[in-house]
Amino acid sequence: MDSEIIEIEWWRLILAYIFVVVLIVILKWRSIKREKDVLIATIRMSVQLVIAGFILEYIFKNDHPLVTIGVLAIMVAFAIYTAIKRVKHNVPLQMKKLIAISLTIGVVVSLSYFIFVVIGLSPWYKATYVIPIAGMIVGNAMTGITLGVNTYMNEMSSQKQLVEGALMLGATPKEATREIANRAFDAAMTPILNNMIGMGIVFLPGMMTGQILGGASPLVSINYQIAIMLGILGAVALSVIVFAVLGYKTFFNERDQLIDMQ
Amino acid sequence: MFKLENVTYKDVLDIPELSISAGAITCIIGKSGSGKTTLVKLLNGLISPTEGTIYVENEDIKEMSMVQLRRRVSMLQQSPSIYEGTLRENLQIGRFFSELEPASDDEILDVLEVVNLDKDLDQDASKLSGGEKQRLTLARMLLLPADVLILDEPTASLDEESAHTIMSRVLQHCIDENKSVIMITHADEIVKSFAEHLIELKDGKVSRDERVEPTWTQK
Ligand SMILES: Nc1ncnc2c1ncn2[C@@H]1O[C@H](COP(=O)(O)OP(=O)(O)O)[C@@H](O)[C@H]1O
Ligand SMILES: [Mg+2]
Repeated sequence: MDSEIIEIEWWRLILAYIFVVVLIVILKWRSIKREKDVLIATIRMSVQLVIAGFILEYIFKNDHPLVTIGVLAIMVAFAIYTAIKRVKHNVPLQMKKLIAISLTIGVVVSLSYFIFVVIGLSPWYKATYVIPIAGMIVGNAMTGITLGVNTYMNEMSSQKQLVEGALMLGATPKEATREIANRAFDAAMTPILNNMIGMGIVFLPGMMTGQILGGASPLVSINYQIAIMLGILGAVALSVIVFAVLGYKTFFNERDQLIDMQ
Repeated sequence: MFKLENVTYKDVLDIPELSISAGAITCIIGKSGSGKTTLVKLLNGLISPTEGTIYVENEDIKEMSMVQLRRRVSMLQQSPSIYEGTLRENLQIGRFFSELEPASDDEILDVLEVVNLDKDLDQDASKLSGGEKQRLTLARMLLLPADVLILDEPTASLDEESAHTIMSRVLQHCIDENKSVIMITHADEIVKSFAEHLIELKDGKVSRDERVEPTWTQK
C-alpha cells in the first residue's frame, strides 16, 4: 500500500472551481435564477472549511479535555439549533426543549460508548478521533430527529380527529398518540437504514473514502466504518426514541386535553 | 347530572346557567356554528371552560381526572373515526383505550344488532360506506360502560327512515342499560320522537331550554 498523500496544490484547487463556473454559465444560459444560491453555497463551503481547518489544526495540536468537550458542546448546540430551524412548523418552547434533550442524550450516550468501549481511545479526549466521529454521529442524529419531529407534527395535525376520537373513547394521551409516535420513529430511522443497506455497493461512505485517500488500508477502514455506522444507528435510535416516547407531552396540557384545542 | 354556572368558552359560548339531568334523553339543536359541539366537548372534559364552573354529579369538573371523566361520559364524534384494521379491531379499540377486557363475541353481536350492521367482522373497516362507519362507531361506543352517551349528529349520514329505526333501538338499549343520552341533531323527526329535554343554541347562547313530551314510547 502506498501511504503517501498527494497534496493538492493551491493553484490546482482553484482549477476545481471550474465546476462552479460551468454551472453558472449553464444557469445563465437557461435563465434559471439560482446563480446567487450557487455563489453563496460555494463561498460558504470554502470559507467554513478553511476556518474549520485552522481551528481543527489548532485543536489537534493542543489536545485538552476541556477543549474537546467545548467543541462537542458547540457541535451539539448547533445541531439542536439547525434541527429546530428545519422543522416546517411553529415549534412550541416545550418541543424545542424536548428536541434539545433527545439529541443530547442520543449523542452523549452513544458517543461515550463508542469512545470508551468500542475503540477504547486513550486518552479519551484525543481530538483527532473524537471530533470527526462526533461530527458523523451528531449530523445523523440531527437529521433523524428533524424527520421524526416533522412526521410527528404533520401527523398530529392530519390525524387530529383520530387522536381526539381516541380520547373520547377513554384513551390516555400517551395511548392516543402511540401510533403517531411509532410512525415518527419509523420515518426517522428510514434514511440511516437505507444508508446501511446501500453501503459499500451503491457508494463508499465519506469517512472510509477519506481514510483510504489518507493511505489507510481498506481493511482497517471498514472496521472503523462498520463501528461508526453502528454508533450512528445507536445515536439516531436513542435520540428518536426519547423524542417519540415523550413527544406527546408537548401536545397536551396537564388536564390531558389537546393544547391547540384550547 | 351536569350543571353549568356562568360558563364561557372563548367567544364561542356564553352560558349563565344550564342543567342536564340524568336518566333523560336530551337533544341539543341549533344552526351549524352555534356552539353545539363545543358545549358537549366541555361536558366530557375534552376542553375546559374559559370561565365559569361545570359540575358533574355535584363535583367540580376541575377536580376530576379528565381521562376518568371521558370513560364515564363517552362521546361519539360528528364524523366517525375509523382506525386502521378490521371491523372487529375497530370495535375492540374503545375497550382497549378505556383499559377494559376485550368484549365477547356475544356482546359484539348484540351491539351490531342494535345499530343494524350485518357485516363480516374480519373485513377492512376503511372500506365501509359513510353510514356504515357511523353505525360501527356507534356500536363501538355501546360496548363501553359509560353512564352518559353524548352523540354528535349520530344520524348525519343515514337516511331518515333508517335514522329513526336505529335511533329508537339505540335509545331503547340505553334505557335498558340505564345510560343517559345527550344528542346533537339536525333532524326534526328525531327531536319530536325522542327528546325529553330540548336545548337550542343560538350564537353560543341558550335560546331555548325546556322539557318536552316525546312521541316515541319506550317499550
Ligand atoms: N377551539 C376553538 N377555538 C376558537 N373557536 C372555535 C374552536 N372550536 C370551535 N370554534 C368556533 O366555534 C363556533 C362553534 O363551533 P361548533 O361548536 O363546532 O358548532 P356546531 O357544532 O354547533 O356546528 C364555530 O364558529 C367554530 O369555528
Ligand atoms: Mg358540530
